[in-house]
Amino acid sequence: MAPAKHTLIALVEDKPGVLNRMASLFRRRSFNIESIAVGRSEVPNISRTTIVVDGTTTSVEQVRKQLDKIIDVVRVVELSDEDTISRELALVKVKANSATRSEIMQIVDIFRANIVDVSPDSLTVEVTGDENKIDSLLTLLQGFGIRELARTGRIAMIRGLLSPLQSEKDSSNARAKKKKEQTSVDAY
Amino acid sequence: MKMTGAQIIFECMVKEGVEVVFGILGGAVLPLYDTLPQYPQLHHVLVRHEQGAAHAADGYARVTGKVGVCFATSGPGATNLVTGIANAHLDSVPMVAITGQVARPFIGKDAFQEVDITGITLPITKHNYLVRNASQMAETVKEAFYLARTGRPGPVLIDVPKDVFTEEVEFNMPNRVNIAGYKPTLQGHPTQIKKAAKLINEANQPVILAGRGVLISGASAKLKQLAETAQIPVVTTLLGISCFPETHILNFGMVGMHGLAAANMALYETDLIIAIGMRFDDRVTSNVSTFAPKAKIIHIDIDPAEIGKNVRVDVPIVGDVKVVLNELNKLVESRQNLGWFEQLDTWRKEHPSTYIRESEGILPQYVVRKIYEATKGNAIITTGVGQNQMWAAQYYLFDKPNTFVSSGGLGTMGFGLPAAIGAKIGCPDETVWCIDGDGSFQMTIQELATIAQERAAVKIAILNNGFLGMVRQWQEMFYDKRYVATPLSGPDFVKIAEAYGIGGVRVKNKIDVIPAIEKAMAEDGPFLLDFSVEPEENVYPMVPPGEDINAMVEEPRETVKVDSQKIKTRNM
Repeated sequence: MAPAKHTLIALVEDKPGVLNRMASLFRRRSFNIESIAVGRSEVPNISRTTIVVDGTTTSVEQVRKQLDKIIDVVRVVELSDEDTISRELALVKVKANSATRSEIMQIVDIFRANIVDVSPDSLTVEVTGDENKIDSLLTLLQGFGIRELARTGRIAMIRGLLSPLQSEKDSSNARAKKKKEQTSVDAY
Repeated sequence: MKMTGAQIIFECMVKEGVEVVFGILGGAVLPLYDTLPQYPQLHHVLVRHEQGAAHAADGYARVTGKVGVCFATSGPGATNLVTGIANAHLDSVPMVAITGQVARPFIGKDAFQEVDITGITLPITKHNYLVRNASQMAETVKEAFYLARTGRPGPVLIDVPKDVFTEEVEFNMPNRVNIAGYKPTLQGHPTQIKKAAKLINEANQPVILAGRGVLISGASAKLKQLAETAQIPVVTTLLGISCFPETHILNFGMVGMHGLAAANMALYETDLIIAIGMRFDDRVTSNVSTFAPKAKIIHIDIDPAEIGKNVRVDVPIVGDVKVVLNELNKLVESRQNLGWFEQLDTWRKEHPSTYIRESEGILPQYVVRKIYEATKGNAIITTGVGQNQMWAAQYYLFDKPNTFVSSGGLGTMGFGLPAAIGAKIGCPDETVWCIDGDGSFQMTIQELATIAQERAAVKIAILNNGFLGMVRQWQEMFYDKRYVATPLSGPDFVKIAEAYGIGGVRVKNKIDVIPAIEKAMAEDGPFLLDFSVEPEENVYPMVPPGEDINAMVEEPRETVKVDSQKIKTRNM
């Protein structure tokens, strides 16, 4: 069975409204999106968007193709689970007092998470990992009382040297070469 | 050279080959119009409502294949364009709409006549722009025209703040467009084309299902070659009408909700659908789960997102229809397929969907057929939406590409009249008829003024049944004849035409139909015919919405017997 969650990377031109274009597309086509994370990429003026799609309710193929139709979207690739490193960051504010503090710190230790803020009645934990790891930590912290939670959504990358934009460059070069032999786009 | 934003727009438009602009002005777009006289080569058509501008540009684009251009002012001007833009979007019509916007310092302040038109049109344009500096203007206009006409065509909107029209900048004509995220695939994949050819050469009962993509790509000759080489019957979508001659023996007509019986039966029995430049709209497929149950499907389309969107596809080919067919034709073997053709031909004879029965009163189908005969099939026909549209599609035979101009995807009532203006201005030497309903016609009736001002020789035939006819038909069939809000008390259309300085005749008797059509044809200018037709005439065949294609309803009380009893008849 295909995994329920699919990761798509969309490289987009850093232009006004581009996020709006994507969000509007998801809404009007009733695409179910689990998370979306946006930030800069290695190329100036190109932003990198990581989108997690629920494949049980939404056709991932359609999401990919429809995203690709947005003019400001330069490239969309789907990452397969095996070749992908994916991470999410979460900040968790947990209730803590002298009785519970050390127990929380032990849990945080096991998860190789960090404590980034301490107050007399709280601890703020920073944790990085895949969704499962963060979910597990949250389950354990639940009992102490989570006051505040912020998660970034998944960001992901292919293992090895390959990058989505480079493979785009290669294929577009090849296409450009081919195009010279073809009917020009402008002609009709 | 220094130029204003407005001058740059016109310079670029002239370079793109624009000859006609449809529009109506207002405060925010005034500087653009003030610059217009500097470009006397541009013909500006003043419409009476912005929806008319968009539809006229749409009709112009469909018949000429060029990009249609329309102008509107900010706020209500821009929002009035919206229906027309959505219409062009759903039917893949190349269009550039330029709207004025409030001056930059006022943007976001809810200023007078300010709306976020780029936000509003985001889901109904191929792309849109808000030009924040005149220095971006040349590149933006160039890109807009390129996007509108290439790949899968569509409308592109450029929103220009009032003070950007007047801003002076150094102008250099950009030579080429480079959009990183936009590289339409023209060439079909050779392996896929080989697979398709193999399926075609092996199929016993193939059918070509051709759509508007064939017209957009200018591939009618290639399509004809394919059909004739392998003797493959052709059926078309509503918007595919005229892409393959309708008098051709291999053409079995339109498919879908009001498709001809033989065409729908062919789709049900076929073992291979070669779908070309179409998108399996629900009006074509009806119930997708039972669509073409015995068929493998080859789908050729320039838009990869259309492939596999609605129906499963066995051999997808992404590419320009003409380019793909050119390659495919090299691999398709010449052959005769008499058995299958004869089967279809028998269905066509046993189910004459476009038979006109004897009647005392004027049947709308009769009017359409007489217009066909009077024009010898040699006219551009625009339609409204509803029964008039379906009768025009069924009873006029279109042989020349781009002669049937109709709103398919959006189904916009009121499209016919302004589209006819655009068509006539785009093809002044062609005869242009607008076949409309009394309901549809009244939605953009104000454009009679545009026709009068332009002296555009559009012939108008109103199939006047005093109802919103198609809706009434649904009420009759699915709502126990509860005719809620469908009876219309229309005005005297002839008097209205006269008020605009347009001649007209009201036709109440069948005997007067032919002379009236001849009179309209003999007039130099525009002419209106108001036909009082049978008020409760229905469009048949009909596949009830959402049902299987084989649940098709033909003429009532007519027992229809088909091979294996696939096609049922509902006794009304």
